[in-house]
Amino acid sequence: MAQEIFHASVAQLSDKLARKEVSAVELAQTYLDRIEAHRDLNAYLDVRPEVTLAQAKAADERIAKGEGSRLTGIPIAHKDLFVTKEWSTSAASKMLEGYMSPFNATVVENLNNAGMVCLGKVNCDEFAMGGSNENSAFGKVLNPWNKDCVPGGSSGGSSAAVAASLCPIATGTDTGGSIREPAVFTGITGLKPTYGRPSRWGVIAFASSLDTPGLMARSAEDCAIVMNDMIEFDPKDSTCVELPKEDFTRYLDTDIKGMKIGVPRKWFADGLDPELAASIEDAIKTYEKMGAKIVDVELPTVDLGVPVYYVVACAEASSNLSRYDGVRYGHRAQAYTDIQDMIKRSRSEGLGLEPQRRIMIGTYVLSHGYYDAYYIKAQRVRRLIANELNGIFKDVDAMISPAATGPAYHFGEKSEPVQAYLSDLYTVPVSLAGLPGIGMPCGMHSNGLPLGFQLVGSLFSEAKLLGMAHRYQCETDWHKRVPAGY
Amino acid sequence: MQWEVVIGLETHVQLSTNTKIFSAASTDIGADANTHACVVDLALPGTLPVLNHGAVERAMKFGLAIGATVAKRSIFDRKNYFYPDLPKGYQISQFEWPIVVGGQVSFMVTPKKGEPYMKTLNLTRAHLEEDAGKSVHGLEMNRSGIDLNRAGTPLLEIVTEPELRSAEEAVAYARTLHALVVWLGISHGDMQNGNFRCDANVSVRPVGQKEFGTRCEIKNLNSFRFLQDAIEYEVRRQIELIEDGGKVVQATRLYDPDKGETRQMRSKEDSMDYRYFPDPDLLPLEISDEWLDRVKAEMPELPEELRARLEKDFGLPAYDASILTTSKPLADYYLAVAEAVSDKKIAANWVMGEVSAALNQQEGTTIETLPVTPAKLAALIGRVLDGTINNKGAKQVFAAIMEGNGEVDALIDSLGLKQISDTGALEKIIDEVIANNPKNVEEFKAGKEKALNGLVGQVMKASKGKANPGQVNQLLRQKLTA
Repeated sequence: MAQEIFHASVAQLSDKLARKEVSAVELAQTYLDRIEAHRDLNAYLDVRPEVTLAQAKAADERIAKGEGSRLTGIPIAHKDLFVTKEWSTSAASKMLEGYMSPFNATVVENLNNAGMVCLGKVNCDEFAMGGSNENSAFGKVLNPWNKDCVPGGSSGGSSAAVAASLCPIATGTDTGGSIREPAVFTGITGLKPTYGRPSRWGVIAFASSLDTPGLMARSAEDCAIVMNDMIEFDPKDSTCVELPKEDFTRYLDTDIKGMKIGVPRKWFADGLDPELAASIEDAIKTYEKMGAKIVDVELPTVDLGVPVYYVVACAEASSNLSRYDGVRYGHRAQAYTDIQDMIKRSRSEGLGLEPQRRIMIGTYVLSHGYYDAYYIKAQRVRRLIANELNGIFKDVDAMISPAATGPAYHFGEKSEPVQAYLSDLYTVPVSLAGLPGIGMPCGMHSNGLPLGFQLVGSLFSEAKLLGMAHRYQCETDWHKRVPAGY
Repeated sequence: MQWEVVIGLETHVQLSTNTKIFSAASTDIGADANTHACVVDLALPGTLPVLNHGAVERAMKFGLAIGATVAKRSIFDRKNYFYPDLPKGYQISQFEWPIVVGGQVSFMVTPKKGEPYMKTLNLTRAHLEEDAGKSVHGLEMNRSGIDLNRAGTPLLEIVTEPELRSAEEAVAYARTLHALVVWLGISHGDMQNGNFRCDANVSVRPVGQKEFGTRCEIKNLNSFRFLQDAIEYEVRRQIELIEDGGKVVQATRLYDPDKGETRQMRSKEDSMDYRYFPDPDLLPLEISDEWLDRVKAEMPELPEELRARLEKDFGLPAYDASILTTSKPLADYYLAVAEAVSDKKIAANWVMGEVSAALNQQEGTTIETLPVTPAKLAALIGRVLDGTINNKGAKQVFAAIMEGNGEVDALIDSLGLKQISDTGALEKIIDEVIANNPKNVEEFKAGKEKALNGLVGQVMKASKGKANPGQVNQLLRQKLTA
């Protein structure tokens, strides 16, 4: 039974549950056993079998009474950035080690209400700051394709867990690429919805104008199915956009024929791994074969994305992380002389190097005398980039581009911060514009690691984007590959 | 040297919403510590602010009341600093784009020396922000605690131009502003609980000098008395300092009411860099014309409008109109009395005279709980106007109602205050008085007008106060000049 379950899609699991071929409790227990067996990956930070099994039991009861929905009994893992009442939430920071939230994030609550069974909380970069998961205070996560390599980040626990079948689907968050990049590093499918579509209530803030909850799964179809229950207008998040309830699966059967796909050619030149470039070219050809029209798109200002992103994101982070002062909750220093000293020591001890670095950058760019030169200028350029990216969707249905400069890299390979920041060049412009994007696999590197691309759409076009991704996955089987031994 | 005082005020007015500005927690005070602090107020991870539209509408009403521009688009910013009673590590405020821009407030200034005068003060802006919590010191084992019940309470910070020229003007403005926000129903104005707190920016300059002197900001003055005393002290301090050859150093100062002096809290050099930037958790606040029109329709008659109406339609002097519109309850009281009394000026005299005196004398009595209700006062004035009793008698009735809640006519009877309306009886008394006071009579006939007053007094005395002084005066004149 095991392999059949672990490699099954959400739709297949849903059918098995409906036909009573497997119970939610059996499913949950099978995954819990597998999580325990693969602890070396360090994907999970908090697993509480008794709570998971209680949720599974409740799901079984709903199914028995005929009250289950399509997702009732389907297991899911949540990135440790989503606060949960029944599992601790640390944002992978020592600052919040063991923190128990009195409420659930809206995304978690919505999926709970649908009857999904939570397997636990998965690892990530501390406060979602990083692209390799090496910045977790609780240790790096290993890429199941090659344990010497990063699983991507910041949603590295989510990507590794899905890739290693330690859950069929996981939530992630994407601020500058934190879903799309780990998805292509682990050969899975990751959806970053439009900023403002999913609720941020209960998502520990990194950069509020960019943070976007999303999903990481084996396929675009699985993401679409779960999006239906994840997305609902939330008045608790003032930046959540009020739109009618939407069926995110409605484009899954829509033909690609006649659609236009833009390709930003400049991103295929210098700095891109040649094997990755070739495999994305293959994906473009596949779309062409399916009837899509491929056109070049010009993006003259996107190269400013990385500096703009690190100004804006760090500015917001420096303020968002101010609440971690050791006064009300979280880490408090043992010894201190006065209140200011207590706050200083607590933060110095509780926050890791990368959050500290970004707090310092953010504090600097917001400081008197620098604000106009950095923050205001960055906001202006952000607007230009957003206009430029939004503009191309007048002509095209989607854009195909790399999501990373190459396959997953080795631990320690990008330990120099600026080098790490520069590798975000393909993902951050999309984030700055608030656009939806999907990272998904399209080949294998000669070094045995998966390769992938991102598909980007116009604002609130995630349903169409999921449809386009699904059509590609109907033509190819890259998303069905699993790492050896998993 | 002659010095000119320059003052600008920043006033924090607590708005009267039931819930906080960015959370659903109650704004009730007096609850146990931290029981009115929800997950948003505690700044727990993952929480987000949602703007309370009740607070916005109160700010809109204020803007409309002072003839300011209510911004179609305003921005909430984060003011970043670490303090244990500031849970998020930043305060949500408005910096560059406030909700209210400009506007004017007019008020009557009554200086210690010289005549009362009207002043119109320009306001710079008013913006919405949240209050912080408070630190509680001296708990057991010498520990300090944090109470976040107040955190997130909505405030409107109202900033004036530096156009106030004395402590008296500052206090007159503050009183008018206080009355206005209560009048509008946008604040409870409870000063004891910090609903209305002023920061005063004070500087001095030689008369005739154009440039401002170096200013000091005195923080957190929560009574009109402290505002007056603190400014007066600070002005003296600055003048003495300069005259002794010193220099005023720009600083933030605190007023110590026990010592009656201000002392330095922090100098400009240690002033904090708040790193303001737009709060990405909140969208820009957009106010549509429809919304503004809806709020406009809910506006009560403004004190200024009523003041003009009292002058124009009721024929009251400017001073009376200004005094009677200093607070909504006072104005409502007067309007209720005036409605039932033909002579609006006499009604004003009674309200400004007996009623105000009674309120001053009886601690804890407010105009709403005064035993002399507007109906009773109107009835009483009516009895004066129709000649039933004279003013002196009316005052006795007033005092009696204050003590025992009787009815006007019953008290007139029981106190025996009815005036002698029988001209024959009155003439008899007058004749006796003329006969008994030949000296006064002679003096009056010799052209000494004042002598008549003595005779009127005698008649009033002989009638035991029941005579109508006007009538007595008239009859005396007739008899003496006949």
